[in-house]
Amino acid sequence: MATSNSRTLARLMLFPSVVLLLAWMLVPLCMTLYFSFLDYNLLTPGNNAFIGFLNYEFFLTDPAFFASFFNTILLVGGVLLITLGGGIGLAILLDQAIWGRNYVRIMVLAPFFVMPTVSALVWKNMLMNPVNGLFAHFATWLGMSPIDFFAQIPLLSIIIIVSWQWLPFAALILLTSIQSLDREQLDAADLDGAGPFSKFYYIVLPHLSRAITAVILIETIFLLSIFAEILVTTSGGPGYESTNITYLIYTQSLLQFDVGGGSAGGIVAVIIANIVAIFLMRLIGKNLED
Amino acid sequence: MSIKNSHRSKIIYTFLAWTISSLIFFPILWTLITSFKTEAEAISASPSLFMFDWTLENYEEVLARSPYFNHFWNSIVISLGSSILGLLIAIPAAWSMAFVQTKRTKHLLMWMLSTKMLPPVGVLIPIYLLFRDFGLLDTKVGLVIVMTLINLPIMVWMLYTYFREIPSEVLEASRMDGANIAEEIWYVLLPIALPGIASTLLLTVILAWNEAFWTLILTAADAAPLTAFIASYSSPEGLFYAKLSAASMMAIVPILILGWFSQKQLVRGLSFGAVK
Amino acid sequence: MKNKLMMLACGVMTMSAAAAAKETITIATVNNGDMITMKELSNDFTRQNPDIALKWVTLEENILRQRVTTDVATGGGQYDVMTIGTYEVPIWGKQGWLTELDNLGASYDVDDLLPAIRSGLTVDEKLFAAPFYGESSMVMYRTDLIAKAGLEMPKKPSWGFIRQAAKAMTDKEAGVYGICLRGKAGWGENMALITAMSNSFGARWFDENWQPQFDTQEWHDTLQYYVDVMAESGPPGASANGFNENLALFQTGKCGMWIDATVAGAFVTNEKDSAVADKVGFALAPDKGLGKRGNWLWAWTLAIPASSEKSAAAQKFISWATSKDYSALVAKNKGWAKVPPGTRASLYNNPEYMKAAPFAQITIDSIQSADPVNPTVKPVPYVGVQFVAIPEFQGIGTAVGQQFAAALTGTMTVKEALKASQRLVDRTMRKAGYPK
Repeated sequence: MATSNSRTLARLMLFPSVVLLLAWMLVPLCMTLYFSFLDYNLLTPGNNAFIGFLNYEFFLTDPAFFASFFNTILLVGGVLLITLGGGIGLAILLDQAIWGRNYVRIMVLAPFFVMPTVSALVWKNMLMNPVNGLFAHFATWLGMSPIDFFAQIPLLSIIIIVSWQWLPFAALILLTSIQSLDREQLDAADLDGAGPFSKFYYIVLPHLSRAITAVILIETIFLLSIFAEILVTTSGGPGYESTNITYLIYTQSLLQFDVGGGSAGGIVAVIIANIVAIFLMRLIGKNLED
Repeated sequence: MSIKNSHRSKIIYTFLAWTISSLIFFPILWTLITSFKTEAEAISASPSLFMFDWTLENYEEVLARSPYFNHFWNSIVISLGSSILGLLIAIPAAWSMAFVQTKRTKHLLMWMLSTKMLPPVGVLIPIYLLFRDFGLLDTKVGLVIVMTLINLPIMVWMLYTYFREIPSEVLEASRMDGANIAEEIWYVLLPIALPGIASTLLLTVILAWNEAFWTLILTAADAAPLTAFIASYSSPEGLFYAKLSAASMMAIVPILILGWFSQKQLVRGLSFGAVK
Repeated sequence: MKNKLMMLACGVMTMSAAAAAKETITIATVNNGDMITMKELSNDFTRQNPDIALKWVTLEENILRQRVTTDVATGGGQYDVMTIGTYEVPIWGKQGWLTELDNLGASYDVDDLLPAIRSGLTVDEKLFAAPFYGESSMVMYRTDLIAKAGLEMPKKPSWGFIRQAAKAMTDKEAGVYGICLRGKAGWGENMALITAMSNSFGARWFDENWQPQFDTQEWHDTLQYYVDVMAESGPPGASANGFNENLALFQTGKCGMWIDATVAGAFVTNEKDSAVADKVGFALAPDKGLGKRGNWLWAWTLAIPASSEKSAAAQKFISWATSKDYSALVAKNKGWAKVPPGTRASLYNNPEYMKAAPFAQITIDSIQSADPVNPTVKPVPYVGVQFVAIPEFQGIGTAVGQQFAAALTGTMTVKEALKASQRLVDRTMRKAGYPK
């Protein structure tokens, strides 16, 4: 297999992807890095003087920075937890013999096709609104006082909305994986008198581990850069309770048009992302190896 | 297990599955219903599920107000174009990673994925300046390029995991028969990997269809896809839920139908190497 | 001589334009109702100018602002006419990013534009944008509820009365809240209301040396009042409410009073959408007896970016869309109540309009009482009533808005929120190098 000929060819075939991604990554990254050392505001053109690490200093000492750092972790972690837990449950359920499975499947899948801004608007105004929202009507009907979602539990509300969007994706991948599970193994376990929980724990879960890592990896990538949902619902507030790093950078780059500050934030986010990537690689490396 | 018992569990599971999936689907159903209400009814203090005067006025107004079909066409070109272009670049790369592995393959793969972790807002200005200088602002070509690059890492990775499930003996056998690499990929690999390729394509089409950052910033009138169409109905001064619902449905339905028809394909192909 | 030359130039320009193929101008605008009407009626313009074709980009306010700002600052040149607010015009005009509107036509009558609005669009004696519609803020209240509470709304209420009335109208059991105010964090959301309010409390963003003033008693009083009145009589979920959320609440009969943009007058009295259309009264924004009322001043305007190569055609369009003839055109097609308000004195001398729009008098009184140059009791170094026309304001305005939203939900105390605001504004201003 590994003749020198095929090796060269393999390199050649890798070339376009690597070069393109390298360009896509490096060119903006270098520009961002360069900007991050400048006093560069799009709205006050002129000097663009070199100011050393001042942008970084301001970004890292921003009182919002630590809050947003932890919110980012909570947001990603929370959504992963919900989508994986719910996804495994749904996958197992959808794997059963049920009537109208195709319809059930398309209904579960549907939220994945909805654009983030739309789902945020729908959830905010038509469901979670504490006066006119459906949940509020439901709560009043039950005789409870409605939850004021975006004031009392702002971050959790956003986690719920985002989880709704990503649950189908997780469920789909996990379902694919479950369907490839060897039935004989389960039947054998049945004969040994294994209960449903031990079957799940010893057979299903290990089988799903690769699919789970895939879900974690892909979702993390997308969840790190969430901001449309935050902008539409809470604008990062109250206080900094629902500000994540991407939203913080957004306020610098697209509200203040402080390119220098935004770039410094971008570089910090890249560093954080890379730490996450290394972490994930440890986690997934094993699973990728076989 | 007796027949009767399994019948009963089927009823229970069916009930459970329908209840949960209806709950998950409900926000979309609610959007659909709202799109047939008047604006006043959409914010009514006692909302009604079916008992209201159904109206098509929102759809009529949306169609009269925006060039829906232009946006629709742009969405198709951008999402399909970028996905196909992406496949053309990703398939060879995934092939070489899967079948000619080196020590660095894994690192390369992780590096590719990590390029996706760059927050788009952070690199907005550099990209915008580059687009301006190359005359790519508000062009479909420009967006196809961006979408391709954004989705390329995911494509390479999905295809890589799928290709790895194919026993390399199959390919070696074909090489014994004297096939060159191109023939090997085209006649042997692709047919076997078709489900994986198809679901990769589907997934990236969906992701590109819903991408709402670059598509909004880099377009104006000519290349604006459906995300921009939606953005012209969200949060104006005044009531907008019903019209937004109608516009949302018009943006979602094409992709929902695509998803409906291809769900089996999607379920088969999204294995991420889990089918070993 | 100069005029003749100009006419000649114009003539040559029109000739060359007519000789050339159709010129297409791209117009970026907000998705508000008045702009939608403009788009609908624009074939009147293309009929008059067969050599000009129009291309529209209609977007939600935030996204539009991001796009046009990025475009104008980088010289992207994607748009020929931009819809921008009174916040942007002075900043962009100073930067030389806008083309002066010096050729609006003989019948345009620039002097008819309301002085309060026009002064905000003029930089160094040059007009850089033409107002499409203008607004201030006012009190909207439910006549039935206030009568039930045994009170009578004065024409010029005080903040003290508002609080008392809000309390009296509130019936939480029945789902009626005495007062609805913006709470969603954002420089154009809760901060528009609170900053305008703070003016009437005698507070200011900066002193003459650009020192932030959130540590003053005036700001403390403002925020304390806001938090208290909302806790007593406000709806739940107020910290996520902007203009639209409050509009929905008011139209469904959940609010006793609502202090917000004058354009809302047309919405709440519209019988098709509003359940309370015949029970709405209007009053001027409240004051505290310090000589300033808590009303803001805003206008959506049309401007031409300097990067546009079709400024002659663009100027023709702007002249059409902001003219008296356009008002008449809207009146003919949609009725007088739908005419874009708040830009021309002549509109408020028109008896037909005054009859059709019950909120017209309050609107013009509010607009004329706002003064962007002297917004508050003490002198300030900046221009703007509910904003500070410096580039940094969008960012700090939103960040302060987040603190105030936290005070509203009770996550922070009023003191903490003000302290945090003072600190973050101070940081940004130091970084930006003020005083400049």
